[in-house]
Amino acid sequence: MAVALPVAAPVAWTRVGPLEDMVRPFVLASVFWGIVAFAAGTYIAWELAFPALNLDLPWTTFGRLRPLHTSAAIFAFGGNALIGTSLYVVQRTTKAPLFGGRTMASFIFWGYQIFIVMAAVGYVTGVTQGKEYAEPEWYADLWLAVIWIAYLIAFGGTIMRRKEPHIYVANWFYLAFIITIAMLHIVNNLAIPVSLTGPESYPVFAGVQSAMVQWWYGHNAVGFFLTAGFLGMMYYFIPKQAERPVYSYRLSIIHFWSLIFIYIWAGPHHLHYTALPDWAQVLGATFSIMLWMPSWGGMINGLMTLSGAWDKLRTDPVLRFMVVSVAFYGMATFEGPLMSIRQVNALSHYTDWTIGHVHSGALGWVAFITFGAIYHLFPRVYGRRDLYSSRFVEYHFWTATLGIVLYISSMWVSGIMQGLMWRAYDENGFLQYAFIETVEAMHPFYIIRALGGVLFLLGGLIMVYNLYRTAKGEKRAERALAETFAPQPAAAE
Amino acid sequence: MHDLYLIARQLWVVWLLIVFVLIAWWAFRPKNKKRFEQDSRIIFDDDPPKDR
Amino acid sequence: MSWFWDKHKIFETKLPVLAVGTLITVSIGGIVQIVPLFTIESTIERVEGVRPYSPLELAGRGIYLREGCYNCHSQMIRTFRDEVDRYGHYSLAAESMYDHPFQWGSKRTGPDLARIGGKYSNQWHQAHLTDPRSVVSGSIMPPYRFLNDDPLDFDAAAHMRTQVEVGVPYTDAMIENAAVDLRTQAANVDDENLEGLLERYPNAWHGDSDGTDEVTEMDALVAYLQILGRMVDFTDVRPEELVQ
Repeated sequence: MAVALPVAAPVAWTRVGPLEDMVRPFVLASVFWGIVAFAAGTYIAWELAFPALNLDLPWTTFGRLRPLHTSAAIFAFGGNALIGTSLYVVQRTTKAPLFGGRTMASFIFWGYQIFIVMAAVGYVTGVTQGKEYAEPEWYADLWLAVIWIAYLIAFGGTIMRRKEPHIYVANWFYLAFIITIAMLHIVNNLAIPVSLTGPESYPVFAGVQSAMVQWWYGHNAVGFFLTAGFLGMMYYFIPKQAERPVYSYRLSIIHFWSLIFIYIWAGPHHLHYTALPDWAQVLGATFSIMLWMPSWGGMINGLMTLSGAWDKLRTDPVLRFMVVSVAFYGMATFEGPLMSIRQVNALSHYTDWTIGHVHSGALGWVAFITFGAIYHLFPRVYGRRDLYSSRFVEYHFWTATLGIVLYISSMWVSGIMQGLMWRAYDENGFLQYAFIETVEAMHPFYIIRALGGVLFLLGGLIMVYNLYRTAKGEKRAERALAETFAPQPAAAE
Repeated sequence: MHDLYLIARQLWVVWLLIVFVLIAWWAFRPKNKKRFEQDSRIIFDDDPPKDR
Repeated sequence: MSWFWDKHKIFETKLPVLAVGTLITVSIGGIVQIVPLFTIESTIERVEGVRPYSPLELAGRGIYLREGCYNCHSQMIRTFRDEVDRYGHYSLAAESMYDHPFQWGSKRTGPDLARIGGKYSNQWHQAHLTDPRSVVSGSIMPPYRFLNDDPLDFDAAAHMRTQVEVGVPYTDAMIENAAVDLRTQAANVDDENLEGLLERYPNAWHGDSDGTDEVTEMDALVAYLQILGRMVDFTDVRPEELVQ
């Protein structure tokens, strides 16, 4: 028994499909931009703790780097992961090669990377529309629209020529993600350029309409980019890694229709007690609370897929990434409806609580399901039997989890504290705290948050190393997790 | 105009609720149980996709 | 009812049907929430004083966006006692009706700026933007020293013409005088140009900010900050008048 056994369940199928190697660049890009996003986020977290880190330079200020961080995380890390996995899943579940073949895949890949670079260069040099999560200017937006339509054609075209009569549900979620993002992107970015040779433009909507359209977009970037798309990932990779079908396929259908219908109404909860008319605020809050049901339906469906096989969690850290991501999804989608209640939002809005909430979704759900999916498909698209090391996946998991815990718990405390300080009155009926006192009170929590970011980044670097050795076809000599956790090693004989 | 819009909105809610109930009924109808179970196993049918 | 099941099956076997069904499903919410904002007249209150930004203010607003100020500062005072006590009258939809795009923000790492105009002198703003901690010791705001060095590069007339296209009511006279108005607002002068500026843009906060004759980005950003919340005179606005 000197030779370590393969750690995860044995991979029966190691041959790379004829068109699956085209998924590789997306995976690599996702990992690369992920590290960029984590690093940028960590750096700006330190800037908030120690403002000297802004360096007194135009392009390193928090204001310019924060869009770089959010876009790198959402569109570059998340986007490449979504496009890559969707092209992998759609080919696998339809048994048809990608529509448009390699040319199409290369066009989408390079086109999308060009968009990312255009946007990123814009941010640091100060080219922006000034709308959160929709900062890229008109020329980058137009370019993205072209790429996105190509992506829709490639994805839809593959489904059209499938050999399987039924369209597997993961593809429904991916499709809803692609279509809805196209709609949101086009409407929210309607703008007239000042000059065709300059980067500046003015959006067609103003004031209250601009706010409503922006948060209709912004919240559904969360709902369709960061949720529906990644649910597509969940519905393929969790059953696949657990080697058992999804808990209830019928629930997944209900999940799909109710989620996409309800999500799109939730935007106005970002505008509670503002100049947005009350009827829109109430409508937004109502649907946000209703959203709790499909979200938890989906979470239960993902988690219960493991029912009867929970022991796999001990021995398969890849599966653990996926399952914990679904647990974080459940937590974030409970917290979200709670925060959309007007009275709760009165306290939480404008504070770090929102930032913590976003990160429990972004780090816990989006990043973890992505890590799980990448660890699952990386050996497959590289034609390797297994990952270089399961132990390293394990280290990544614990480092990142600890990072998330530090991040969200510090933001809970600082956010609620800040909200309470803003509204505190002294016995004479005066506001108790000057604004700057609330800023100073945040300092220790900003340090804890930044440390959480460092840990999350460190976990990402462990993944990079593990994937690098996997790509080279190496296998680390290590004691398998199955051995460590086997209750009676001798009894296995 | 505003009143008309309010009525339309209320009707939509009712109409959409009916659609939702129908979808739910369809998904959980005993007759469809078997086929959905088959559909959920599509991902395990792992023939690599063929090139054109 | 079997017709229904037969019909329904096409959702999961025919891609175009699934795609169109999805598109319809995700369109309803947006249509119901967004379209009425353009048609219901009570969405934007009727108040006196909201006007398009002066050329220098518009340039400053561009710098506000460029530097990502909205990442840490809101411009939307909510209807709470503590916010009204801290920042002033709660914000009205009318006050941002010419903001393409809106700058209400979502986070207050720093304070709300919806009514920052007129609360501090130009010199205070210049010192604060140059080195925030020289004025507010606990501040975590980045320094914007470079705004003092960068001469303002802004084709005001071209920007105003684009604003007209998206619905901002700049007049021909405003566009014709754009370059003069821009220089006038950033200078310590009192002549007929200033009269013209104040006639076209009532309440415009004029005067040099950076201590040089050149019009810099600092002059523009400060002019923008100084108009925030000062267009509407709230001393004689009663709540019932706001309802249309």
